[in-house]
Amino acid sequence: MSVLVYVEQAEGKFKKSVFEAVSYAKAIADQQSTNLTAISIGNVEESELKALGKYGASKVLNVSADQLKTFVNQAYASVIANAAEKESADVVVLSNSFSGKGLAPRIAVKLKAGLADGAVELPSTDGKFSIKKTAFSGKAFAITELTSANKVIALNPNAFGVKENAADAAIENFTADVKQSDLGTVIKEIVRATDKVSLPDAELVVSAGRGLKGPENWGMIEELAGLLGAATACSKPVSDADWRPHSEHVGQTGISISPNLYIAIGISGAIQHLAGVSSSKVIVVINKDPEAPFFKVADYGIVGDAFEVVPKLIEALKAHKA
Amino acid sequence: MKILVCISNVPDTTTKITFTNDNTEFNTAGVQYIVNPYDEIALSKAIELTEGGKGTVTVINVGEASNDPTIRKALAIGADDAVRVNASPRDAYFVAKQIAEYAKDKDFNLILTGRESIDYNGNQVAAMVGEFLDIPSISIIKKLTVDGDTATLEREIEGGKEVVTVSGKFIASCAEGVAEPKIPNMRGIMSARTKPLNVVEAVAIDEVSKVTKYETPAPRGQVKLVPADQTAQLIDLLHSEAKVI
Repeated sequence: MSVLVYVEQAEGKFKKSVFEAVSYAKAIADQQSTNLTAISIGNVEESELKALGKYGASKVLNVSADQLKTFVNQAYASVIANAAEKESADVVVLSNSFSGKGLAPRIAVKLKAGLADGAVELPSTDGKFSIKKTAFSGKAFAITELTSANKVIALNPNAFGVKENAADAAIENFTADVKQSDLGTVIKEIVRATDKVSLPDAELVVSAGRGLKGPENWGMIEELAGLLGAATACSKPVSDADWRPHSEHVGQTGISISPNLYIAIGISGAIQHLAGVSSSKVIVVINKDPEAPFFKVADYGIVGDAFEVVPKLIEALKAHKA
Repeated sequence: MKILVCISNVPDTTTKITFTNDNTEFNTAGVQYIVNPYDEIALSKAIELTEGGKGTVTVINVGEASNDPTIRKALAIGADDAVRVNASPRDAYFVAKQIAEYAKDKDFNLILTGRESIDYNGNQVAAMVGEFLDIPSISIIKKLTVDGDTATLEREIEGGKEVVTVSGKFIASCAEGVAEPKIPNMRGIMSARTKPLNVVEAVAIDEVSKVTKYETPAPRGQVKLVPADQTAQLIDLLHSEAKVI
């Protein structure tokens, strides 16, 4: 028995959500008095792989085959399932990222494993292996018991936190047979905005709604987000009107996020919007309507016009940083 | 082109979620059910791809007879026929296995789902069906174009997008942007009553997971209001009290 964690790389680097998944997997390995092995696929330098030891991986399997340089979920799932079998790992952990969401279900089927996706806590230690996961788009949690022998867990970003737990990571090259039929999808292009914080991973988020009146008024939202190092988001009417891209829409039919801080500006707080942001640790609402439902679920609030409050908030933040 | 669209029957987005029986069951009292909004996007795309006699669209749902009104709604939007696998869905693994069993000998060129259901939010079914059928799966797509045997898709990734191509059969899960959701017209609603809705029995599979209990998020304390001209005070609270900046 052991625990295997898949460490997703982007351009040869690991993100915070990966260190978080390793920290979480290490905690499960400790619960079960076993070791944690990590598996990396693609071109990652040894020093970066070694760094996984800091969070508790005692072994790192490095898969660097040419045909696996870029993400193909079918082939990656084969390699990870193969590694789980070779390492006798009965628990596989990965980050619930966009790629993780396409990968975890395939691994689960290969290992005939129950899958807890969107996990927010460690499994129970009552012998039942129950995991709390988000459900109903953030309106509730479902306690899911994985009853199969093998188990797959996809951890939500910002749910567990990064915890250092140093081990000396031994790096081993790992090769797995990949069938040609596993390489059916071909990546033609990757477009990544490198100057912006990615919304699903963001620790701080500044979001705005219809109260901003038009796309031309987003300058102050971006300035505030830039000063905080936050990602920008928006409500559904805003993305529906094409003021902002769909990828920024948070809420029940957009994406669900759980940052440490969510600042909602000019958003009234419809139930569908609240669903997507209710697991944020701290919520700040700025709205000119004191009756806006969002104030009922906020930790801090300012009743006032966004066009007056936000510039002052930017000033105050600049003063705070200075 | 033959397209299969997997649809889920979910509570309307305005539903207040509550539970009964010591928080072990979802409280269905007074809940309106709808076609999962993401599945509606998938269905709309499928109709767009087959319009003008270029193919057929079949919708499949795994559920009990009480789902039939939702399935009829999908037929009203424009699917040609429907299949319901008669079972109470246990988890995504179970649902995916039923869909794969149905699809394996039917020769669908393309299978579409929504990116996730808005009740269990798994985003599992598409990739699981892909694995059961041993065909490529592309999750959370924002764009899909089909040119002969090759499809080009845009997939969402953190902070950007990835453009991928795939040839032959595949399954994809659709997010916003893939198609404008179609609204059923009167002719659609009338014809939906007579379109075929076939019921097939489920295959047995071993259980891998079960939901044992639900929880609702802990309520937040009273909101702390800061006067509009005291923004520095808000920054101070976020820094020294909430410790988030």
